[in-house]
Amino acid sequence: MQVEKTTSARIGVFWRRYDIALVGSAVFSFILLITILASAVAPYDPMARDIKNRFAIPSVENAFGTDQLGRDVLSRVIYGGRPILGASFAAVASALAAGLIIGVAAGYLGGWLDTLLMRLMDVMLSFPSILLAILIVATLGIGLLNVTVAIGFSMVPVFARLARSIVITLVYEEYVIAARSLGASDPHIIWKHILPNMMPPIIVQASAMLAVAIGTASALNFIGLGVDPGTPDWGMMVAEGQRLIFDAPHVPLFPGLLITITVLSVNYMGDGLRDHLDPKLRRQDI
Amino acid sequence: MIGYTLKRLVWLPIVLWAVCSLTFLALRIVPGNPIQTIQNQVMDKSQLAQVEAVWGLNRPIAEQYLNFLSKLIRGDLGLAMSSGVPIRRMIFERMPPTIELAIVSLIVSTVIGVLSGVASVTIRNRAVDYCVRTASILGLSLPLFWVGIMLIILFSVNLRWTPTGGRIGAGVDYQVITNFMFYDLIATGNWGAFGSFLRHLVLPGVTIGLTSAGFVARLTRSAMLEVMSSDYVRTARAKGLYERKVVWVHAMRNALLPIITLQGLQFGAILGGAVITERVFSYPGMGTWLLDGILERDYSVVQGGIIFVALAYVLMNLLVDILYHVIDPRLRHASQ
Repeated sequence: MQVEKTTSARIGVFWRRYDIALVGSAVFSFILLITILASAVAPYDPMARDIKNRFAIPSVENAFGTDQLGRDVLSRVIYGGRPILGASFAAVASALAAGLIIGVAAGYLGGWLDTLLMRLMDVMLSFPSILLAILIVATLGIGLLNVTVAIGFSMVPVFARLARSIVITLVYEEYVIAARSLGASDPHIIWKHILPNMMPPIIVQASAMLAVAIGTASALNFIGLGVDPGTPDWGMMVAEGQRLIFDAPHVPLFPGLLITITVLSVNYMGDGLRDHLDPKLRRQDI
Repeated sequence: MIGYTLKRLVWLPIVLWAVCSLTFLALRIVPGNPIQTIQNQVMDKSQLAQVEAVWGLNRPIAEQYLNFLSKLIRGDLGLAMSSGVPIRRMIFERMPPTIELAIVSLIVSTVIGVLSGVASVTIRNRAVDYCVRTASILGLSLPLFWVGIMLIILFSVNLRWTPTGGRIGAGVDYQVITNFMFYDLIATGNWGAFGSFLRHLVLPGVTIGLTSAGFVARLTRSAMLEVMSSDYVRTARAKGLYERKVVWVHAMRNALLPIITLQGLQFGAILGGAVITERVFSYPGMGTWLLDGILERDYSVVQGGIIFVALAYVLMNLLVDILYHVIDPRLRHASQ
């Protein structure tokens, strides 16, 4: 009994401390689940047209109404997370991997390599990030894959600089010096001692970057640099809905709302992660 | 201080060179050149070669690069491939609207952000604090383009207070002097056109301002929290000063430092935001121009536009950095 009480008390304390973050995580998990199971959950085919029923306002049959071709907005919104969330996860994951390699190499090896890599990162940071992404899409051509590459590329310096700043403090930690004096190889030290210890702030940064990536991906799809017109995608749906503001304002309303809720939930989740994993980074705001 | 500024100034041309080179190379990494992509269908081989020769695209890349750099040093960004108009002239035409938009956005975000940040600290009410914190994280999460469209639906379509887009009403007569309408219309005393200009500017300005006010509010809040618990604020209170004076004169002065830096650095985000917002409001600035350049695959427009915006961003950051050292004596000593 005693143990059980402590456990529930602990859960209570945990809940009070991270309530908003937990709600954020739950909402984001729900959106992810719906997106993954879109084909099972969506009430209609997102591409199915019903011209007679176009511009229908939200009703029992079409919870979010229909668009200019009579397509069900709810079904399109359910499918519409796929391009953006897929691109954002892929972009953050690849930027994380590349940033870690660059940052650890620069911080651990130091010397001219450090200077060269960090100056290169500085140049990349001298572009406003969305402009760098636009430049890359302009180079590679329009398309969702290129949007993913562009967002990932523009985020590499953020991870690289963070990784480097952690590594240069970790190399002076006693356990690293001890491992080295015991004859451990550099790859062993990096893999066993440095990487595990740099994970908390990196994970916190990755969650913040995920929110940014979702925003950027939807913006790039909105301005027509990503998915093809007609694709069910939150950004593209808002862009196509802009032409309907006089006839059917609900068409741009719902996909934009979903972007907001998703980014908001990731932001709250990230704040909770920061508080939990990295108390040093805990700020007074939020 | 002078040493620090000099060090930054020496570094500046290197950064500028790197930014220009990166843009130049990025646009040429991919095989094929813009003219081949656009004109494939309409030109035969000999015509294609002729056009390539005119634009110098048949030359080796190193030669093109040197040619690009030597022109760039003279401030020549080349001609637009689609229209043949000098890029420099197009920038002078497209830059003033974007600068006007950026300034309005900065004002909106500073006023809303600072006021709500200060309110959340000074009004001792948990509800106010909670609302400001929620609103600021919401501001960070809102997609700019969607906010713009929702504002259009509310204020232009339903209330009919503002136009749905553009820079000035169609058919409004005005004289262009600098293309900064704020100056031109006041200088010529054209108040009717000035009203139309302001009505067109307010929604895009508020769109960017609202979404970046969240950052300002969060930062103001944390800066004020720190300053309000400091010794000199306690001393000011102990002297019997009015709370208003303590907040706005004693505390604000110190809390302003990080806010100024943030707003300087936000300039880049605002320029990036302008690309999206100008699209939403069909606002004829740098952003719309750059996007049209990308969609038309006009590489000289993309190159010129991106280089120009990146240069403005680098210079702005430098300015903020130096200004920060001028304002904050602690940093001045640290850099020495």
